[in-house]
Amino acid sequence: MTPAKTNRRRRLDLAKVPEATAQGIDERFQVATPLRRVFNKVFPDHWSFMLGEIALYSFITLLLTGTFLALFFDPSMAETTYDGSYAPLRGIEMSKAYETSLNISFDVRGGLIMRQMHHWAALLFMAAIVIHMFRIFFTGAFRKPRELNWIIGLSLFWLGLTEGFAGYSLPDDALSGTGLRIADAIVLSIPLVGSWVATSLFGGEFPATEILPRLYILHVFLVPGIILALIVVHIGLVVKQKHTQWPGPGRTNHNVVGIRMFPGFAAKGGGFFMIVFGVIALLGGLLQINPIWLFGPYKTAVVSAGSQPDWYVMFLDGSTRLMPAWDIHIPLGDGYTIPAIFWPTLVLPGLLTVLPMLYPFIEARLRRDKQAHHLLQRPRDVPARTALGAMAIGFYLVLVLSGANDVIAEAFDISLNATTWAGRIGILLVPPIAYYLTYRICLGLQQHDREVLVHGVETGIIRRLPDGRFMEVHQPLAPADAHGHGALDYAGAPVPKKMNRLGAIAPAVRGFFFPIEKPATPALPPAATPVSPAVPPQQLEDAGTQQH
Amino acid sequence: MTTVHTHDADAGGGASGVENFDVNDASLNRFDLVREGARRDGVEIVHYAPRFPAPGTKAEKRVERSIALLLTLSGLLGFGFVAAYIWWPFHYEAGANPSKLYTPLLGLGLGGSLFLLGAAIILWAKKLLPDEIAVQDRHDGASPRDEQALTGATMLNLVDETGIRRRPLLKAAFLLPAGALGLAAVAPLVGALIKNPNSPEPILLNTGWNPKNNNGNKVRLTREDGTPIRPEDVSVGGQMTVFPGIPHGATNVWADSPVLLIQLREADAQRLRGSIALAMANDPESRPVEGMWGNFVAYSKICTHAGCPASLYEQQTNRLLCPCHQSQFLITDQAKPIFGPATRRLPMLPLELEDGLFVAKSDFLEAIGPAYWERP
Ligand code: HEM
Ligand code: FES
Repeated sequence: MTPAKTNRRRRLDLAKVPEATAQGIDERFQVATPLRRVFNKVFPDHWSFMLGEIALYSFITLLLTGTFLALFFDPSMAETTYDGSYAPLRGIEMSKAYETSLNISFDVRGGLIMRQMHHWAALLFMAAIVIHMFRIFFTGAFRKPRELNWIIGLSLFWLGLTEGFAGYSLPDDALSGTGLRIADAIVLSIPLVGSWVATSLFGGEFPATEILPRLYILHVFLVPGIILALIVVHIGLVVKQKHTQWPGPGRTNHNVVGIRMFPGFAAKGGGFFMIVFGVIALLGGLLQINPIWLFGPYKTAVVSAGSQPDWYVMFLDGSTRLMPAWDIHIPLGDGYTIPAIFWPTLVLPGLLTVLPMLYPFIEARLRRDKQAHHLLQRPRDVPARTALGAMAIGFYLVLVLSGANDVIAEAFDISLNATTWAGRIGILLVPPIAYYLTYRICLGLQQHDREVLVHGVETGIIRRLPDGRFMEVHQPLAPADAHGHGALDYAGAPVPKKMNRLGAIAPAVRGFFFPIEKPATPALPPAATPVSPAVPPQQLEDAGTQQH
Repeated sequence: MTTVHTHDADAGGGASGVENFDVNDASLNRFDLVREGARRDGVEIVHYAPRFPAPGTKAEKRVERSIALLLTLSGLLGFGFVAAYIWWPFHYEAGANPSKLYTPLLGLGLGGSLFLLGAAIILWAKKLLPDEIAVQDRHDGASPRDEQALTGATMLNLVDETGIRRRPLLKAAFLLPAGALGLAAVAPLVGALIKNPNSPEPILLNTGWNPKNNNGNKVRLTREDGTPIRPEDVSVGGQMTVFPGIPHGATNVWADSPVLLIQLREADAQRLRGSIALAMANDPESRPVEGMWGNFVAYSKICTHAGCPASLYEQQTNRLLCPCHQSQFLITDQAKPIFGPATRRLPMLPLELEDGLFVAKSDFLEAIGPAYWERP
């Protein structure tokens, strides 16, 4: 401030505004230290850590598009006569829900792309969750102290499935109704109380008029609310417990090596959100999904051959198809029944929820492992777990394929019943085979790593020994010890297996049509390469010159 | 960005640790402050180097131009989206016309714009932001033992302060309102939601074919449009989906009532009659229905597995196939399930002719559709 201004009104110094504002805020909220801590938080970088992000960004897209849909959708099951733009259905009796879904598709400006984006985002959301879960499982990221986040993640999968099923039911087209009809049968199959629960849920005998409004409040409020809350806790825990990292130079169980949250990580995350959102918009605009106007309104008597649920429900459809016709009859009083459908649709998902949730504790118990783990494991280094995961995936894939067995039978002109039997046998055979093969593959990969650590990288140079034998020259990874061996300890980290990984070959020159930079010199000039005494220097000189 | 120099851990200019670090020291540059801040947060920036040590090189310009191009294209596509949204015709019209391109154009505009923006930001982050490696301490493990002890004592004291252990009377008395309010919380939900499937009438047993839904008269078999059916309306070996001839009989109000009416060929009808006779002989008390009329038979269309319409009729094999989980029912053997997950026959609707029109002699004699615990 210059003295001239002091007795007058102080002029606003624009350059000082940010500083003054920041100061003002800190005086009130004392945020300087915590804020800086957020900026400085370190994140490790690896492509597989983005899978969870895809799920998060799809969920945000779902919230945005879903809110738009909710402005125009009416979940009422009251009958009306269609009179909208889509001529083929004009004059047809249908529910308000189906009518407003058609209106969103044909009469709301941009409604169709919103519906399709919403549906694609739902598929992507579930896919990202599943692949993310595989990543967590196969790298051992669920181990102490992250068991709770593993459980939350599994809950998110089941909540997402519920949410997706509810959404799929809302438009009240032929496929929606078929799905609901089966859901009703599943609920009916619950021992003792099935008929009560079903009647109460539907507000009468299927379909009655209550189910869609009830699913609607579940779909737009309750389940998304729970999902959102769990996502907040999930990510909060990642921040609190810090991210796991792959083993590598400088990385220990007690640090995180990566880049700071701002600006690097945040920029990449924000950019990636735009990309995920963009891909969903492209899918929603260019690829038709769930064309409800082709299915017609739900009518109990109308067949919909080849009707498939969304992919994430398909494994349950598959298990239902494979289940043999085994009702259990209990000859008491008038006789009671546990319908066969109870096992593949309620007991199986129950097991698939509880067993994986307990897995971290079971594994820790079996290994007598009470340690906290922040370094990831490569799948090959824990063959039993990896094989178990492969077994689960094998089981799952047989179920998914069985969920589409009619489509497969049709496409390949096989007998339908043969595909069912293939599934029934496959569900018993595929998992153990997957277990065995995966276990062997893990051991093989480990073995190869060990070989390279002991003998070095294959150079491709063949040498003739004085006694006439030929042998390949190996480039050891470490300086030789007293015995002339350059062996390294096995550390569960990636092992370089090609010479250019060692910097022995110059990186490719960049630029598409012409070089945009001077070719860099190799990081390790051949003369400086650690050389095994088994190989005469002359040889390496040759190897070096061959590259030019 | 003012920091063009490479900062490596050992080259930390003057910053000497938390105790004697002077923020106001004029010799420190801004990055020294950044590094000190990070250090206080347990973060060591061990490597920090600009991507382009010499500013303004060709390579750097090239990256800048690529990013600018992506941003420009993204902006153009975004405007394209808005323009298409406003001006492109969007109402559905049959046939090939511009309105069919509405949604694809929106997708291209919005998706392309977002995608390119994302790509630009990521390129920026990867190519222009300084290359850094930072190491943060985890501070993992439990809180210090004495912290645990202090908190534990506080919590136990909390319980003691209430004196709940010393005052069993209060403990017991407290359970009353807790229990009552717990019940009060569930009561409205349960009370309003629960519906008895058997009262006022057993809804799972009653279908539209029950004469009481038709003022005590037998219910006619009708087409979807409500017209009645004569035997000559169904050809030999043919089938037709029929609904109860009552108000809303063909709508979802009577979702349990659709029936498949089939006229069997003579040989098949003989086989079915044989099957029924055999079942009756074996167990006169049992359910088989003498429900055929001539060579006509009517089965519930609702699959006994999970309720889909079991109505893909294979004339050659006389099977009904359910499209949902491929249960197959043999028509000439009282719709016995012969493949797939279904366990029970499709119930037969007893047929009769009244004034030359088909009617149901009675309702189904058993519950149609999927099984449940107390299903008789
Ligand atoms: C995890 C989150 C979600 C999933 C997995 C999901 C999934 C689905 C699916 C598969 C559909 C059927 C789409 C179609 O018509 O083809 C749907 C419809 C719908 N969703 Fe969601 N959704 C989610 C969140 C939301 C949210 C947060 C809202 C609103 C606030 C919402 C509102 C709607 C509405 C109104 C419909 C009916 C649209 C129509 O029938 O045309 N959804 N949802
Ligand atoms: S509903 Fe018919 S086979 Fe499952």
